[in-house]
Amino acid sequence: MVHTFGLLDRLFALDTESGAFFEIDAVVKALLDGDDTSPFSSCEIESAKAEINKLKSSGTLFVSELKAELPPYSPVIKAMCLNVSHNCNFACEYCFADGGTYHDERRNMDFETAKAAIDMLVEASGKRRNLEIDFFGGEPMLDIDVVKKAVYYARSIEKERDKNFRFTITTNAYKLSDEDIDFFNEQMYNVVLSIDGRKEVHDRVRKTVGGKETHDTVIKNALRFKDRRKGQYYVRGTFTRYNLDFADDILYLNDVGFDQISMEPVVLPDSSPMAIRESDLPTVIKEYDRLAAEYIVRRKTDKWFNFFHFMIDIDNAPCASKRLKGCGAGGEYVAVAPDGKIYPCHQFDGIEQMALGDVFSKKLDEQKRKKFYYCGVPSKQECVSCWAKYYCSGGCMANSFKYNGDINKPYKPACELMRKRVECALAVKAIEESEDGD
Amino acid sequence: MAHIKVIRSSTIDNGCDTACGECQTSCQSACKTSCTVGNQTCERKTVKILNPEKKEK
Repeated sequence: MVHTFGLLDRLFALDTESGAFFEIDAVVKALLDGDDTSPFSSCEIESAKAEINKLKSSGTLFVSELKAELPPYSPVIKAMCLNVSHNCNFACEYCFADGGTYHDERRNMDFETAKAAIDMLVEASGKRRNLEIDFFGGEPMLDIDVVKKAVYYARSIEKERDKNFRFTITTNAYKLSDEDIDFFNEQMYNVVLSIDGRKEVHDRVRKTVGGKETHDTVIKNALRFKDRRKGQYYVRGTFTRYNLDFADDILYLNDVGFDQISMEPVVLPDSSPMAIRESDLPTVIKEYDRLAAEYIVRRKTDKWFNFFHFMIDIDNAPCASKRLKGCGAGGEYVAVAPDGKIYPCHQFDGIEQMALGDVFSKKLDEQKRKKFYYCGVPSKQECVSCWAKYYCSGGCMANSFKYNGDINKPYKPACELMRKRVECALAVKAIEESEDGD
Repeated sequence: MAHIKVIRSSTIDNGCDTACGECQTSCQSACKTSCTVGNQTCERKTVKILNPEKKEK
């Protein structure tokens, strides 16, 4: 399967099964797409055909289907989202977790539960050495003492167990002391700060529980953090139907001083006024185009920044197995609620029918886990014929479940945005490389 | 070639010596709402955890 696309006034082709990637001209695009070639001379057409045939015969273009399979199911767990707090000091209007509570009473995880979760992770990780723990919520800073104790406990056993813990924390940055920042620098492999962008955009949907605006405090804290940060971080926003001009929010975040930025479309049912509807997709897609153009310009200046969804590491990309499987929710990745219940990921937290077990009994529902393990590109009919399948890996199972009631039925608007972002990432990579070579 | 510029000839590793499972879980990276793997990196090609001596080079 070969996918062609035009972006930023250039034309490209991607061979899905090999990942081979080309810049092409209009004649080749017309030939690959089976379009009308009458605007081109017979000489142009013949020489383009010859080049296509040469790549075909060398096994570079129209490569046959990748014969990749998922390894047989194993109960290994190597990544864990610790939802340490079913509580939040914010009341974001679009929160998937019902104001951070996950439809639970407001409560925090205690250390014994966190410790049991870490012990279970280590035991279930088998020979895997790199283990990931993401402290999430609600707002995990409301349970920072347990976060610290959990980190120090994990560090105390990692050498003897031959493990390497990588910790991440996702916070709204409203309460962020210098001491917290020092702790993050010492222990957190990655820190994700939730900020939606421009003041009017952020403050419209991200207020405190008491109704106070939060933008100014969060930006001040996040910049103080960024200036002292040693290691990976992302400023991560959510865009909704209220700000379909979200590229301006990404550029705003860059303007105020951030250089690692992610921005995600909101996940809400169509009944919400904030939900991004299918009719909004052309607007959102144009916005990615606008962002890509400005992105390339800024990355040549002192405003260089990374946009998470335009990043692509072609030369060191993941293997086929990873590309078929994606996030691994319910399989090698699980989430733990404050009461110790285990769910396939944080987005399933509180959905009882999806609960997999608990950290105290350490008994997990392996039949349920197998369903998640085998949910990937091969199990989804829509994905098998999609050119972007090895970049997307089958889409978010939680989105599929929430929109379509089935983890194996991808949420199509998300697919369309994913394809656009992959095109942008590839085009940016190609253009930047060609400019470097000039 | 006049019409086609090959940017990369193949980018997907398959078969032996793959699927070690040591790379980052995609949802843990930054998004928490999608599972993009396109922008991820193979652990073996970067940190070389299974071949520590290569890390030194």
